[in-house]
Amino acid sequence: MTTKIRELLAKHGALPVSVETLADTADLYEAGLSSFASVQLMLALEDAFDVEFPETLLNRKSFASIAAIRDAVASLTEEPVA
Amino acid sequence: MNELAKAKALSLTERARRAAAVAAANADDVDAAGRFPREAVDAMKAERLLGIQIPAYLGGESATTAEIAEVCCILGQACAASGMVFAMHQIKASSLVSHGEGAPWHEAYMRRIAADQLLLASATTEGGIGGNLRNSICAIEVDGDTCRLTKDATVISYATEADAILITSRARADSAPSDQVMTVFEKGQYTLEKTHHWDTLGMRGTRSDGFIFKGEAPAEQILPKPFAEIAAQSMLANSHILWSGVWFGIASDAFARAQVFVRAAARKTPGTVPPGALRLAEASNLLQLVKSNILAALQQYDAAQKDETKLSSMGFAVAMNNVKIASSQTILEIINHCLLIAGIMGYKNGTPYSLGRHLRDAHSAQLMISNDRILGNTSTMLLVNKQDTSLLG
Repeated sequence: MTTKIRELLAKHGALPVSVETLADTADLYEAGLSSFASVQLMLALEDAFDVEFPETLLNRKSFASIAAIRDAVASLTEEPVA
Repeated sequence: MNELAKAKALSLTERARRAAAVAAANADDVDAAGRFPREAVDAMKAERLLGIQIPAYLGGESATTAEIAEVCCILGQACAASGMVFAMHQIKASSLVSHGEGAPWHEAYMRRIAADQLLLASATTEGGIGGNLRNSICAIEVDGDTCRLTKDATVISYATEADAILITSRARADSAPSDQVMTVFEKGQYTLEKTHHWDTLGMRGTRSDGFIFKGEAPAEQILPKPFAEIAAQSMLANSHILWSGVWFGIASDAFARAQVFVRAAARKTPGTVPPGALRLAEASNLLQLVKSNILAALQQYDAAQKDETKLSSMGFAVAMNNVKIASSQTILEIINHCLLIAGIMGYKNGTPYSLGRHLRDAHSAQLMISNDRILGNTSTMLLVNKQDTSLLG
C-alpha cells in the first residue's frame, strides 16, 4: 500500500522535492504539499483504493505524512471487525 | 478605580456604542480625506476595546468571538473603516490568543496588548504570490537568537499607526512556499519604505498602503506553531466572521436610514403605504439572511473550537468560506435596495439618508480576498468533501 501511496504522491502531490527523499513520517506540508494538490491526491487515492474519505478524515492531519495517509486508507479498506 | 475597572463597569456593547459615536462623528471626514480614523481608534483604546480578546489571566477580558463580532457590527454601523481596523486587529489578536499560549514571549506580549491597548497590524500579502496568503516568497533568517526579515508587502493596513506587525514568511531559506511562520515585530524593530499608495473607492480610512518591510527582532518572537495551523484554526473563521460583522453593520445602518425615510413618508401621507415600504420589506428579509448566516457560523465555530479535528476539517472551511461569500454579496443587494428607497436623498452626500459611503465601503467586501479565489478554493474542496445535507448537522 505504501508503494502505491508513494507513486500517487509523486504523480499528484506536485512536490518541489522527490518523493524518494521523504521518510514515511516526513511532514508533507513542510515538503510543500498545497491544499489543491492534497485534494488531487485524495481523489487519486479514492480511485486507486476504491474508497471514499468520510468527513472525519478530511483534515490536515490525515494527509500530513505518508504514514498518516496509509493509516487513513487502511481504516477504510480493512474488513470491519465483527 | 483603574481604567479597565471603569470601562468594565459598563457592558461591552455600551462601550462599543460610545466608541462608535466618536467614529460616526468623524466618518465622513475620514472617508473624504482618506485618513486613518485616529479619533475612533483613540476612543476604542479609551474604552479598553483593543484588549478584550486577551485571556482574563493575562489582563484581558476573554471576550468570545460572538462578543467581538457584535463590537465589529456596532463600529461598522458608524464608520466601516473604523470597524474594519478593529476587526483586523482582533483577527491578529486571535492568532496570538489561539497559538501563543504557553510561549513566554507571546504571553508577555498579550499582557502588554491588554495593559497598553496596543494596535496590531497584519502583513500577509506579498508582491508576486498572486494574492494567496498561504504562500510566501520571503523567508525569515534566524541567526542565533536574532531573526531578520525583508518583505515586499504590497498591503499593510494602518502600518504606520500600528504598535506591532504580525508578518508571514517562509520558515527557512530552503522551505517550500507553503511552509510558513508568523512573527510579531514591534514598532522600533522594523522600517517601512512606502511603495503603494491607498487611494480607493471605499474603505479609505484603513490606509492599506504597500511597503518594503525590513525587520530585526529576537527569534523568540516567531510564533511557535506553523502558519498553516494558525490560518486554518483561527484566522479563517475569525476573518470571515469578524469581517462579516463589520459588513452586516454597514448594511444595517443603510437599512436604518432607509427605514427612517419610509416612516417619514408614511407620516406625510396617512392612510397610504409609501412606495418604498415594499422594498424595505425585501431588504429586511435579506438583512435577516445575513444575520442568521453569521450567527450560524458563530455557533459552528464555537462547536469546532472544542474539537481540533473539526476545526481543521474541510467541512468547516467550506462553511466559513460560504459565510464570507454570502455576507459580502448580500450586503450590496441590501444597500442597493436602500438606495432605491431613499432615491436622490440617498444618492446625495450630506443628507440624513446618504448611502454613498456605505455603498462604496461595501464594495470592498467581495474583493478583500477575492470571492472568486474563495469560490475556487471551495470548489476544490467540494471534489472530495460531501456537503452535509441535514438541517441541524
